[in-house]
Amino acid sequence: MTCVPAATDRKLGLVIDLDTCVGCQACVTSCKEWNTGGQMAPLTDIHPYGGDVDGVWFNRVHTYEHSTAAGTRTVNFPRSCLHCAEPACVTVCPTGASYKRKSDGIVLVDEDKCIGCKLCSWACPYGAREFDVAVGVMKKCTLCVDRIYNDNLPEEDRVPACVAACPTSARHFGDLGDPASAVSALVAERGGVALMPELDYQPTNRYLPPRARTDRAPKMNASPLEDASPHGGFLGWVDRMLSR
Amino acid sequence: MHPAYSVIFFTTATGAGYGLLAALGLSAAAGALPPDFWLGLIGLGLALSLICGGLLSSTGHLGRPERAWRAFSQWRSSWLSREGVLSVATFVPAGLLGVGWVLLGQAGAWIRIAGLASAAGAVATVCATAMIYASLKPVPQWNSRYTLPGYLVLSALSGLVLLNAVLSLFGGSHPSVVLVALVATAAGWAFKLATWRHNDRIVPVVTANSATGLAGGTVRSIEWPHTEENYLLKEMGFRVARKHAARLRLVAQGLAFAAPILLLLLAAASGGAVSMALSLIAPLVQLAGLLVERWLFFAEARHVVTLYYGR
Repeated sequence: MTCVPAATDRKLGLVIDLDTCVGCQACVTSCKEWNTGGQMAPLTDIHPYGGDVDGVWFNRVHTYEHSTAAGTRTVNFPRSCLHCAEPACVTVCPTGASYKRKSDGIVLVDEDKCIGCKLCSWACPYGAREFDVAVGVMKKCTLCVDRIYNDNLPEEDRVPACVAACPTSARHFGDLGDPASAVSALVAERGGVALMPELDYQPTNRYLPPRARTDRAPKMNASPLEDASPHGGFLGWVDRMLSR
Repeated sequence: MHPAYSVIFFTTATGAGYGLLAALGLSAAAGALPPDFWLGLIGLGLALSLICGGLLSSTGHLGRPERAWRAFSQWRSSWLSREGVLSVATFVPAGLLGVGWVLLGQAGAWIRIAGLASAAGAVATVCATAMIYASLKPVPQWNSRYTLPGYLVLSALSGLVLLNAVLSLFGGSHPSVVLVALVATAAGWAFKLATWRHNDRIVPVVTANSATGLAGGTVRSIEWPHTEENYLLKEMGFRVARKHAARLRLVAQGLAFAAPILLLLLAAASGGAVSMALSLIAPLVQLAGLLVERWLFFAEARHVVTLYYGR
């Protein structure tokens, strides 16, 4: 059914820290590696070694220059499905292939029902869905449903592949519907924001804005470097002799 | 938005087909058109051919067309599914109209009901088509109050110009049909101009700031996640039309509105074979213009996802 549940038991999602993301693409490759063998496999690559390289990815990292009165800084910005509470991608689906789970709020595609009409990708303002031309169906982030509930993995690995891979801990996974969860506390502490609130898709994922700049840069009290052309003394005499 | 030819042909052809079906249905219901086998066969046959051709063409852009039957299931939430259900449902009264009015030459109460139901189904299907686009919040040019009336008026005017062409084959045009076709075409022209004026003044609600959650100042894309165009840019980041938009708008206006009005007026002023020829050329020119208009409808629409790419 493509009608969206009025409320979900949990709201599983990601919190992404734009302050600490270094844009290393580890989450991107880790996502691709896991998911090309996972629930939505394969994530087809078209001409991977030739011209017109194309392919399906669930997670893309952009880089922006943010200029304000306080100065300019570079911000790396990972973009993936936000598992919205009002996902228009689900309601526009004519076949029932797209659905939002009542148990945890994850938005998924049933590949066996998808007719590849692409309307869901038009309905998503975040560019979360990518069409697989080789299979003829739409694909999207599954929040690694095949990891987070996977009893065959050690408990610490039951997080999305992107979260497991992040070397700077810029990605956090948890229940954003539970005010007592670690991710909810992080959002409250850092003023996490929803993307494009004007469109009222009510995304679950939150982004933590870069921390404010400080003027606490260290004072430079180091002594000057050694003088390369010494005056006087033995070294001065050697320098004069050799400079002739 | 990428203008897929199958979807452009689909919306234009079914628009004209449903317009003609509605015009024939209402004429039959009002008793304005007495049953005539050849007129009915060609008129209803043309309408249903345009509808079927369009519907078949719409499966051309599907990744898995063999599963298209599944699209009838989610009418509770999806305008695309509703369009599918309504288009098939409309075949029932249209078929009854074909059997009763065309084959049996009847004009009784049940023909009137079938005519009215065909017209209602045609209007409802065109509304559903329009709502597919009008309900998409990420595309401000579509998510506007202009989209639904725009689809309806273009469907009506192309159907009426077609009806006039069919009537001209059988003993000449009816002055009332010519008049209604002229008024509809002029109204469609005015409405299209108003739509373009509205679209040119849209101030986007979503900005690069709100898309990235970076408040204040300016957000400039300095590096894409990929070196080549991906699905999002190919599908949503189409930019070719904007380069020639002004000229293409003139072409669309000339072919879809100005030329048909001129041709209909000349046909009314002349007589005999000349009048028939002009009446037959009018819908061909108009449909070519409407294809350009529909191409612009897609190509000029900007999806907010392009903000992530600084486009």
